[in-house]
Amino acid sequence: MTRTRPSPTARAAHAARVVEHPADVPVPGAAPGPLLRAHGLTLGYGPSDVVHGVDLDVTPGALTVLVGANASGKSTLVRGLARLLTPRAGSVTLDGVDLARLPTRRIARTVGILPQSPVAPDGIRVGDLVAHGRYPHQPLFRGHRSDDDQVVAAALAATDSLPLVHQRVDQLSGGQRQRVWIAMALAQQPRILLLDEPTSALDVAHQVEVLDVLRAEVRRGMTVVLVMHDLTLAARYADEVVVMAQGRVVARGEPVATLTEAVVEQAFGVRARILPDPDTGRPVILPRSRPTER
Amino acid sequence: MSATTAATAPGAGQARTAPSASGPSALARVRRADRLRATTVVLVLGVLLAALAVTALAVGSVALSPAEVLGALAGEEGRARFIVTGLRLPRLALTLVVGGALGLAGALLQSVVRNPLASPDIVGLTGGASAAAVLAIAAGATGRTVDLAALGGALAAAGAVFGLSGRGVTGTRFIVVGVAVAFLANGFLGYGLTRASLSEAQSAFFWLVGSVGTAPWGDVLRVAAVLAGVGVVLLALRRPLAATGLDDDSARAIGARPVATRVTAILLSSVLAAVAVAVAGPVAFVAFVSGPIARRVRGRGSALVTATLVGGLVVVGADLVAQHLVPGSLEPPVGLVTGVLGSPFLIWLLVRGERRKELSA
Repeated sequence: MTRTRPSPTARAAHAARVVEHPADVPVPGAAPGPLLRAHGLTLGYGPSDVVHGVDLDVTPGALTVLVGANASGKSTLVRGLARLLTPRAGSVTLDGVDLARLPTRRIARTVGILPQSPVAPDGIRVGDLVAHGRYPHQPLFRGHRSDDDQVVAAALAATDSLPLVHQRVDQLSGGQRQRVWIAMALAQQPRILLLDEPTSALDVAHQVEVLDVLRAEVRRGMTVVLVMHDLTLAARYADEVVVMAQGRVVARGEPVATLTEAVVEQAFGVRARILPDPDTGRPVILPRSRPTER
Repeated sequence: MSATTAATAPGAGQARTAPSASGPSALARVRRADRLRATTVVLVLGVLLAALAVTALAVGSVALSPAEVLGALAGEEGRARFIVTGLRLPRLALTLVVGGALGLAGALLQSVVRNPLASPDIVGLTGGASAAAVLAIAAGATGRTVDLAALGGALAAAGAVFGLSGRGVTGTRFIVVGVAVAFLANGFLGYGLTRASLSEAQSAFFWLVGSVGTAPWGDVLRVAAVLAGVGVVLLALRRPLAATGLDDDSARAIGARPVATRVTAILLSSVLAAVAVAVAGPVAFVAFVSGPIARRVRGRGSALVTATLVGGLVVVGADLVAQHLVPGSLEPPVGLVTGVLGSPFLIWLLVRGERRKELSA
């Protein structure tokens, strides 16, 4: 193949792609992350099961997005993967060891989870909330040390919330608050971070801001799993998409191949047109109508 | 005009995102400010408490000057010595430790249940303690057996509230179940009072609203020892306790065990409430008001130390009022005064809570 000078448009497209995913170049020498895996995992609340026998291995070092209709079991699966919900059948293993056999503080040093609507202690300030993330790293009878402060400050800086450090959490805007919660999860220094709909309550600028923060963490070697509703944003940021429907995984893989019109219709019951993003080539999902209405 | 905005906007953005080398020192500054506030609050409350204590030792049928009081405390012989150390000091010490125990019991429960209504007097812990004590008296028990019955009653009430409100133990359900348990305990208390031969109004008052009329030093020491013991346990548990301020999922996410911590805290709160009730009766509303006041002056967190001091202040102050300011020949028990103070506070708290909800909605 002969190399020709790229046209200006091609160069622009290339530049866009580089800006898009500076993330995909892994940090050299970074060890592959620990392996979180669900084996025939069945989860539920009350009388009914919500997740039915799911097998899933979370790809280390990748950003995985879980999508699916409401009540498809995404949040439940994430809570199960983070040991917040006890399996009814099957198990979750971390590097081959059943989570049920690991002390919760030890799990917390490797696996972080940001629940859907976390509640901060009354009147707490940003710095103190984020410092809670150091909990699993501190012996119970010792206070914080200066290296804890370093980690907390770095987590605040990574989420662009260092200027908020003196503020009360209950006085922040929605976007600021979400960044602060992510900072607390980052201060935990987990190798795997699970997030349940971290972007759902945010406007598009704040969604992109949060996703950029997570993308940067993946670049530094973290494994990230998040639940999201916006398929187009999911396709744009994900290394891998897991599509759930009725408590089962119905499709999984790289976004272009996975988010097809057939899969979207199966998972969401809605017809969609899917176009490639002119800048990134990622799929853009345009919902059309429910098939039953035709 | 628009050009200026366009020119300044990116600059502002950069300032915001500029990496700050002072992150750790900013955190240390936040912590220092907080420690300063904690120290100030403890000092101010300590001075108030000391002033109130000297007043309590000075006033009475024989009025003494503060100098006489301090002299008597320092060991000077004289007529003041017996009045201060023999008569007034035991009562003051008892009000102080009972107030502290109730204040701490309340603030602890309120903080782990994350609801200001979850105090031992509202969710039936003090009610359970006094009902069991009175039933024990009706059955002929005396002395130490009555104390143990009070402890058993408080733990039974705690067990009932805990068992019936489900594993999560937060929010409205805990309160509703607790109020039901409090009513139930009140029923048993009423039944016990009709059976027991509590001939004087003073003894009936003791178990209904609380009183600090008699104060053997043994009682004072027992409450003080329990208060100190619980304090040590809480000091060891302070980080898990702080984590219970988060919702349970977030607390478990960072490796805490919020349910286990909460169970421990409920047990400790029951023990504190029971030991206070055994020596002074269910002094109304002290446990309930101390926590919110303490959190208000402390500005953050569960404010357990502050709440202990506030509890002491409230009971010492209320007993002063009961002894000297309420007209009438019969000296009213301290619990009547705290009850009168507590009811408007409850209303204020509910109204403020509603307004807050409206504001945030």
